[in-house]
Amino acid sequence: MITAPATSTTESTVDSEVLVEVNDLKVHFPIKRGIILDRTIGYVYAVDGVDLTIRRGETYGLVGESGCGKSTLGRAMLKLVPLSDGHVVFDGTDLSTMKGEPLRRMRRRMQMVFQDPLSSLDPRQSVESLLVEGLRAHGLDRGREATGRRLRDLLSAVGLPSSALRKYPHEFSGGQRQRIGIARALAVEPDLVVADEPVSALDVSVQAQVINLLEDLQEEFGLTYLVIAHDLAVVRHIADRIGVMYLGGLVEEAASDDLYAAPLHPYTRALLSAVPVPDPVLEDRRERILLTGDLPSPAAPPPGCRFHTRCPWRQPTRCDTERPVLREVLPGHRAACHWAEDIRAGRIKPHEVRPELVEEEGVPTVDESLAGPTSVTEALGP
Amino acid sequence: MVTTRKERVDALARMSTDDREGEAGVSLAVSAWRRLRRNPVFLVGAAIIGTFVVVALLSPWLAPHDPSEWMLADQVSKARNEIPPPQPGHPLGGDQVGRDLLSRLLVGSQQTLMVGVFATVIGLGGGLVLGTLAGAIGGWVDSAVMRLVDVMLSIPSLLAAVSIGALFARPSQFTVILAVAIVQIPIFARLLRGSMLAQRNSDHVLAARALGVRPRAIVFRHMLPNSLGPVIVQATLVLAVAIIDAAALSFLGLGNPDDSVPEWGQMLGNAQTVIDSHPNLAFWPAGCIIAVALGFTLVGESLRDALDPKNRR
Amino acid sequence: MALLEVTDLTVVFQRRGEAPFTAVDGVSFAVEEGQTVGLVGESGCGKSVTSLAIMGLLPRRGVRVSGSVRFEGAELLTESPRQMRDRRGRDLGMVFQDPLSSLNPVVSIGIQVTEVLERHRGMSRSKAMRVAAELLDQVGIPDPRRRLDEYPHQLSGGMRQRALIAMALACQPRLLIADEPTTALDVTIQAQILALLSQLVRDTGTALIMITHDLGVVAGLCDEVNVLYAGRVVERAARHELFARPRHPYTHGLLSSIPRLDAPRGERLVPIRGAVTDNIPWTQGCAFAPRCPNVLEKCLDVTPEMEEDDGRLLRCHNPVRQEVPA
Repeated sequence: MITAPATSTTESTVDSEVLVEVNDLKVHFPIKRGIILDRTIGYVYAVDGVDLTIRRGETYGLVGESGCGKSTLGRAMLKLVPLSDGHVVFDGTDLSTMKGEPLRRMRRRMQMVFQDPLSSLDPRQSVESLLVEGLRAHGLDRGREATGRRLRDLLSAVGLPSSALRKYPHEFSGGQRQRIGIARALAVEPDLVVADEPVSALDVSVQAQVINLLEDLQEEFGLTYLVIAHDLAVVRHIADRIGVMYLGGLVEEAASDDLYAAPLHPYTRALLSAVPVPDPVLEDRRERILLTGDLPSPAAPPPGCRFHTRCPWRQPTRCDTERPVLREVLPGHRAACHWAEDIRAGRIKPHEVRPELVEEEGVPTVDESLAGPTSVTEALGP
Repeated sequence: MVTTRKERVDALARMSTDDREGEAGVSLAVSAWRRLRRNPVFLVGAAIIGTFVVVALLSPWLAPHDPSEWMLADQVSKARNEIPPPQPGHPLGGDQVGRDLLSRLLVGSQQTLMVGVFATVIGLGGGLVLGTLAGAIGGWVDSAVMRLVDVMLSIPSLLAAVSIGALFARPSQFTVILAVAIVQIPIFARLLRGSMLAQRNSDHVLAARALGVRPRAIVFRHMLPNSLGPVIVQATLVLAVAIIDAAALSFLGLGNPDDSVPEWGQMLGNAQTVIDSHPNLAFWPAGCIIAVALGFTLVGESLRDALDPKNRR
Repeated sequence: MALLEVTDLTVVFQRRGEAPFTAVDGVSFAVEEGQTVGLVGESGCGKSVTSLAIMGLLPRRGVRVSGSVRFEGAELLTESPRQMRDRRGRDLGMVFQDPLSSLNPVVSIGIQVTEVLERHRGMSRSKAMRVAAELLDQVGIPDPRRRLDEYPHQLSGGMRQRALIAMALACQPRLLIADEPTTALDVTIQAQILALLSQLVRDTGTALIMITHDLGVVAGLCDEVNVLYAGRVVERAARHELFARPRHPYTHGLLSSIPRLDAPRGERLVPIRGAVTDNIPWTQGCAFAPRCPNVLEKCLDVTPEMEEDDGRLLRCHNPVRQEVPA
């Protein structure tokens, strides 16, 4: 058995090993309707009470299906969306109350790599100006010559020729654009890099190049990663520890190997069993846990355990009334399930689930892109 | 043999890392221009506008006669409804008071161009300010600006221009420009606000925020420049409308009352009384207005195509 | 005789002022009655264009289609648009990647399903409604009668894809083409749809062409797999053969470049160098040569032909010898 690294939840705030600590984080987006005055008619509970810590130098993987709030959580940790409640503590500094110039300066230390490398690069900027922008914003532009050298070093670190500087994003292939996006994030020498689906927009044969690059850069620059992805195989490959999200909450968290070897939460089990594996022998004899029905709307999450409407292990008591907390079931292995021990020991068997209708009507579908800034100062507040 | 193989394979490997020589990159504007240059629609439109601009600039020298001189007045007879026909030296004949029609058309292009360009520039400027305010600040500023814009848009543009023109005690070329410009403002404001909002939620603006770029730089370096494409297209299309609107105002008598300075709309308006007997007086200015409006529309449409990101290669 | 026989299918796009682009370059394969055949490749490999060509859905202008597509012996490429319209829905069904844009947003699900039944099976309105409800039930849509009156936006992504599959199956076509049917869906929903497809294939005996970029999807579903690169099939084998011993360097490269749930962790991925567009023309040599780790001088000068080798078809001068560690 692999010994899980010891977690000390009580003194984590003073632990110098911890780079990011998230406490009971909530991000609720108001749903607005109205012709003249916008009335708030409800909330999308995109992130609804998440606790997690990311240690210095590790790669934390966040997986979940679309609409589970993983991207919003990643953005909330960088304070790119307004936090409704809870705290994000970055290297001892609480970001939740921070704004304006101090927050802007703080951004140098935490950077982001986006899913779509083309849309995240301003089409009007040459690669040089894209890379210089971050340096300028943080006063790291020290003269023409030094900056020029820095840019060439950056490009060679991500495996691009220095002739790329004068070109524009649309002149590159997908994989190369993602390299530019990574170079831009690294330009300001951050501690933390949040990579939101860094390879899912790329061709299969190119994904490995970017994954390997991210690994190399982590080693070279001592980076801490938060990698957000829907592809469990990618996350398992790259991450040391993994958190599984379902409808705004973390349902399981464990070291990468533990999670895949012995998933505790029914949702994680279903998720793992659903991933197709390029091995026909394995595919033929694999037992699939097919979930029935669809993801409930994050604007109207089910009461109790959010997964109880689709859970094959659902029990008559507690599941639909009491929301399970994320608790340590095995050392270093946390799960948010009332019956985790019983399921693990095989005392509870899965049963058939009648699919419940999920009404799309009346509830706006949560589009991650629309879940951006909803007003005014938010958008421009750094 | 071994070396040649290795060399060639290495060359291929280099090709695949995609350092296709060190040529400078092609910016979006340049690649849009390259597409534009090959588009026949754009070429026709640009030729029409080009001719029009050259004529307007050179009209004092091109015009064979003084456009305000009643040189054929002896051929005019109100009573017998006689107007000077085309004749040697006056290929298009004269107008109701005996001024040379060709010279008036040529010189009239100046006023028309001026009205169109100034009205559009003022409208564009106002729209840029309002649209940027609404799109960049959002919130109640956005709501206030957009309600104002809605009110302005709810009045038909020509009616609004007529009302604004009528507000001034003495109509002049300036009031025409102002009236047409004010009507254009909400169109630009709404368009710009829409694309600013789209930009605000775009990945690259989020990326700039994540990078810690200052808010002002985000608005003016990222959001505004990327929002301008549709506005520029609209401006060329609006230029056509502005010329027609200005002509309509002049036609309705809300233009410059001093007809010693020729203007196409005003010429068209004056020709109205004799349109049954002398349609040629209306035909020429009307034809010019249509041709110029068409030129700007063609350029606008081809610009729209060229700036469309879907066409990017 | 095979149900569908595609021979030397070539699709050339001709755009004004540009060099013609060959999207599909002499693709041949056959689908037997009840068989599931996979077409696998990355963007630009021609897999989707192949399916559109079979369905007769390519635009007529600016596209040159040659070769032969025989369905039960009848040549589809020379059939009139009218004949092809009759075939689509009746003999050939198709499921697309994006279920939302493939459904008409302003027409209810019921009308969209019954439309097919009324047109091809000449059913009355009420009979068609009854059959439509059965079909929705068959593809696992709960409460099908109510769903018939609903509009596409009221269904979730998974349900929409089910509705599309129901429409494609409405006339019990002999051949179903699924073009990336699960790419837009979440993995748990993907598992549902794949299970549904394989069950339908088993129950109805419909032949299936599965088009995807995901080797995992193919591994569990297809009897035979065609790997496409730059418009040509580079390797064809039964799925057990292919995954156990990929012989073409491209297939091998794809398999060793993806992170796998069933492999031990901590191994470094072996990427394929370059980008999908870094090709040389097939007429000159092997299109994959610039990215190939096994490249020989010959690969740059001599176009490799499809050859039978080791119980499979292979287009390669220097195939991979060693076995892939399982």
